[in-house]
Amino acid sequence: MESKGVSWLVKTQYIYISSQYGVNKAVTDIWSFFCLSILESLVMVDWKALRGAIVGCLSLLRRKSHVGVVTDNKVKAVAQSYLQNLQVQSLGQHDRKLCFQLMECILDRYPAAVRDLGDNLMYGICEAIDGEKDPQCLMLSFRIVEILSGLFPDPSGPLADFAEDLFEILGCYFPIHFTHPNDEDVDVKRDELSRALMLAFASTPLFAPFAIPLLLEKLSSSLPSAKVESFKYLSYCTSKYGADKMAKHFGTLWSSVKDATYVSPQSSLSTEAGFTSGMGFQDSDIMKQAFVLLQELVQQSNGSFISLILDDEDIKMFISSLNQYEDFDNIPIDIKQRLHAVGRIMSVCANTTIASCNKVFESFFPLLMNYLGLSVAKPSKDSYPAEDYYPPGRLNFGALYLCVELLTACRYLVGFDELTSIHDFSNQTWCVMLHNFSKSLATVFISLLGSNVAENSQNAYVCYGVKGLQNLATFPGSLLAVSKSTYDSILLKLMSVITSDINKTFAWTSAMNSLVEIGSFLDNCPDSERSSSFGSIVVEKIFSLISSDDLTMPLSLKLQAAFEIGATGKNFMLRVVQGLDEAISPNLSAVYAHGNLKSVELTVKLLECYSNKVLPWFHENGGSEEIPLNFALNIWDKIENSRSFNLGSLENELLDATMTAMKQAVGNCSEESQETIINKALGVLLSSNCFRWMESISGNTPLKAEGLQQIHKLDSFAIRDEWITSLIASVVIALRPQTYIPNGKLILQFFITTLLNGHVHVPSAQALGSLVNKLPLKITGTPLSKNFSLDEAVDMIFHSCIWTSCERGSSEIDLSSLRLCSLSTESVKIHAVIGLAWIGKGLIMRGHEKVKDITMTLLSCMISDGNTGSLPNLQHPSNVCNDEDMHHQLMKSAADAFHIIMSDSESCLNRRYHASIRPLYKQRFFNTMMPILSSLMLKSDSPSIRSMLCRAIVHVVSDTPLTAILSEAKKLIPLLLDCLSMMVKDILNKEIIYSVLLIISGILVDKNGQEAVAENAHSIVNQLIELTTYPHMMVIRETAVQCLVAMSELPHTRIYPLRTQVLQAMLKALDDPKWVVRQEAVRCRQAWASIASRSLHF
Amino acid sequence: MNLFEVAHFVREKPMKLYILTVLHHIRDIKDPEHPYSLEELKVITEDAIEVDDNNSHVRVTFTPTVEHCSMATVIGLCLRVKLIRCLPPRYKVDIRVAPGTHATEAAVNKQLNDKERVAAALENPNLVDMVDECLAPSYA
Repeated sequence: MESKGVSWLVKTQYIYISSQYGVNKAVTDIWSFFCLSILESLVMVDWKALRGAIVGCLSLLRRKSHVGVVTDNKVKAVAQSYLQNLQVQSLGQHDRKLCFQLMECILDRYPAAVRDLGDNLMYGICEAIDGEKDPQCLMLSFRIVEILSGLFPDPSGPLADFAEDLFEILGCYFPIHFTHPNDEDVDVKRDELSRALMLAFASTPLFAPFAIPLLLEKLSSSLPSAKVESFKYLSYCTSKYGADKMAKHFGTLWSSVKDATYVSPQSSLSTEAGFTSGMGFQDSDIMKQAFVLLQELVQQSNGSFISLILDDEDIKMFISSLNQYEDFDNIPIDIKQRLHAVGRIMSVCANTTIASCNKVFESFFPLLMNYLGLSVAKPSKDSYPAEDYYPPGRLNFGALYLCVELLTACRYLVGFDELTSIHDFSNQTWCVMLHNFSKSLATVFISLLGSNVAENSQNAYVCYGVKGLQNLATFPGSLLAVSKSTYDSILLKLMSVITSDINKTFAWTSAMNSLVEIGSFLDNCPDSERSSSFGSIVVEKIFSLISSDDLTMPLSLKLQAAFEIGATGKNFMLRVVQGLDEAISPNLSAVYAHGNLKSVELTVKLLECYSNKVLPWFHENGGSEEIPLNFALNIWDKIENSRSFNLGSLENELLDATMTAMKQAVGNCSEESQETIINKALGVLLSSNCFRWMESISGNTPLKAEGLQQIHKLDSFAIRDEWITSLIASVVIALRPQTYIPNGKLILQFFITTLLNGHVHVPSAQALGSLVNKLPLKITGTPLSKNFSLDEAVDMIFHSCIWTSCERGSSEIDLSSLRLCSLSTESVKIHAVIGLAWIGKGLIMRGHEKVKDITMTLLSCMISDGNTGSLPNLQHPSNVCNDEDMHHQLMKSAADAFHIIMSDSESCLNRRYHASIRPLYKQRFFNTMMPILSSLMLKSDSPSIRSMLCRAIVHVVSDTPLTAILSEAKKLIPLLLDCLSMMVKDILNKEIIYSVLLIISGILVDKNGQEAVAENAHSIVNQLIELTTYPHMMVIRETAVQCLVAMSELPHTRIYPLRTQVLQAMLKALDDPKWVVRQEAVRCRQAWASIASRSLHF
Repeated sequence: MNLFEVAHFVREKPMKLYILTVLHHIRDIKDPEHPYSLEELKVITEDAIEVDDNNSHVRVTFTPTVEHCSMATVIGLCLRVKLIRCLPPRYKVDIRVAPGTHATEAAVNKQLNDKERVAAALENPNLVDMVDECLAPSYA
């Protein structure tokens, strides 16, 4: 009875909390009730009531202060009863967890209430957590110890007496190790638990006498994870306990760190850096943690630990033995590992504090300089080696390596921003020493780059030479680590590597990277003197490189260098862009005037660099839009100024590159700049031939026969006109929806006419699509006469002279009438169909209803029979065959129009070019089109029409998202299978067959699709079996076999009858000429053979 | 083997490719008594496979680890089953113990190439279980 009552009370408790009246009164009442019930339930051993009571206490204790807090007295009472009566370890897992939560809550929120419980509390807690094994409860108990230590920080307080007992309980959990690592029930991760234990270990210095010996002992464990954990705990404890607690263990600590890193290093050569520099070692986890500990010790110890390291005999010996290994190639791998370890130890010591850095420099730097052949005795002017300094024999690699590591460490110590270097470094010992040697060091590093050997071993020298130079050059100017002349000579050397050592890939890339580092450092902390050096030496050199015709350095490298250097700062980039502009302009002129083939190649590369790198960079880095604007205007200027084009028609590549760059540039501009560009373009257009040509055609509406006949004269369309049309199309494609288009009707009319031109129909069609996609629905504000709305545009397109019949004034586009009243070839109609497809795409993306008319036109075009009403055939009987072929082409392009409508295009109507895209437009189109297409499929019986319908269906389905397809899978599968059986006959259809297969495999793999598949299992399997022998494309065979494997997962009753059939087919597939197919066939055979029995008798 | 070498083989020794294909099928079969594959134990090697594609004939000669290996017949059975599953049925598969490597060489050879005895062995559920275990793909 009572347990039920308590549970009921727990539930109603929340109602009390929310009610505002008599809160405190209610709390007190319930509180005493729970306290009592805990005590009573313990007496009565009523476990159910205990759980309810604890939950109730917990929720009371956790209440926010504004609804009433339980007083400390009451909390104390409950804590006392808890400690006296509760045998936590004898409870079940969930109850233990609740008990720990209660204790944590009491300690955490009511410290005052329990503080004077003293020894009782300690004893109770020790008893409660002793022997705990459940990870969740352990998390809580570690947390309890942590809070408890925070509660009694006094070294002579109650905790001091119990520290040993508490630690004995905690210590046996270290290192945390799960015996069942992959148990799914364990929702506490090993790392979390280990972290909680670490916090508990480090919670009070009182644990130090017990914790450190334990951790040191575990360091000698053979388990690598135990070592890693010990180092981790030690470094965290060091930071918490403070140096004085650790001091007496310094010797042991150092020897264990040395053991892990120097004596038996476990670093491995990393694969990427390894083969280039030979010193790219990857530290093992143990080493990483050991270095963290080392850093922590150096940081805390205030100088006593560092002297331990510097006086270490082994390290001293190693450094003095460096002379034995002068040549890099002769250094054995274990010595390299040690060298790496010593380098790391030194750099950790040097980059931790200024004082430690000084000490390291004092003890090692003169020695290293000595090895490098630089005199220590007189660090004055005499000691500078001559300009043509060349090291005696081979340079001591070990010394070089350590020296560069030290430099890097100092660089790290100084920090990477101007702001952090407020300390006065310049008077520190290390800084003075470094300053004295900087010039000679720079000379040594430079000489390393200058050597002419391009061996692999040389790479190690080059790598550290470049690294050293980079470090010298990136010390903040206030430290004056290097003088201006040294700085200049560093930059000159690196630049000379860039310009001359093109064949040494490694040297080139590392020089490039370090120049980029130096440049971006300048960008972070500006220094006028150095910026000007960098500008004059590096950027100007690059600038002259791009614009020069010097071909010793390949253009792609030049452009790479230019872009990487430019990307370090906006000013540099502006200069680089100027260089690019200057390079493009004469090249373009050369191309237009003379058709110079070499210039074409160069210009294409320059333009690609522009559109792929420079323009996106400015877009990302919020650059001014002047760059794209000027670029676009410059190109239009060029075209305007060159009246006659002397181009062969082969330069399509150049035109494509120019169009891409133009689109990219216009797309990045704001509305105003876009208006400027379109105005400019319009000006060029109006003064060109193609405009006059257009007027001659479209001037006479309604269409007369002569008008259309003129379309045949399209061949007279000059190359310059082609360029102008394509470029203006690219401008229109990339416009923003809000941009006002002057003379919009004219442009629209222009594109409608150029649509039928064989050379430029695709860009024109795309431009038309973009126009209808972006035009505003209604005009607001602007004068009506100027801009025009979508409806007007659509009307214009639909009534345009090209496809409107001269007899009927219907609003539907009627391609057949176009054919009737013209003598035009079918090829013109193909262009018209492609145009319609793009217009349809533009409309469907914004969800306009007129798209229905367009799809109807396309459909009627697809199902029209080529033999009726084609008058021209009668007149030219000799052309019948050819004409039928053309008609087939037309039907095919109408079917392919669905691909254009459904697929995403890279070149227009995407987000980059500001298209308006309605969500789910593909699904909507799919849902409206599929019923129409499938009913047409049922009605028609002419094979050619059916195959076209199949094409269209496959295009629509393959571009629809899979989820939409799955819901229709039942209806689709028979249709798709029909398509497959139809397509198999023609070799040209292989791509389409492949996409159908991909759709089917998508349905097969999905859970929801499998039901639909199961219904049609028989026919699917038959079709797939047929495809396993498809001779024209290997992937089709492979995918078909894979689909069959997936089919074997279906319910037995469905597939069992098909078993022998599949196995027979697999016997053939096992003899396939391609290895991949055979391999899949083995899998498939195994899968199907094993559905019934495991016997081999199939 | 790099691409150049492959091209070389195709020109010089087309048979080599067939041999590698067969080896690929059987290299991962596990030894019935150890967790190692037959290739690791050197029970089968590249040299031990002969292929005659024109006459559709494959011969695998395997070397038992010790002379008294009681598992020689099971290994042979595994090889045969795997090849039946992986090769087109036009091939005749011939499996034998390398001469002089097994105490009861003749008996084992006879047993392995006797169609009826193989069929009988595969009726035995215990034996089939064992074979399947050896052929199970190892995901190592």
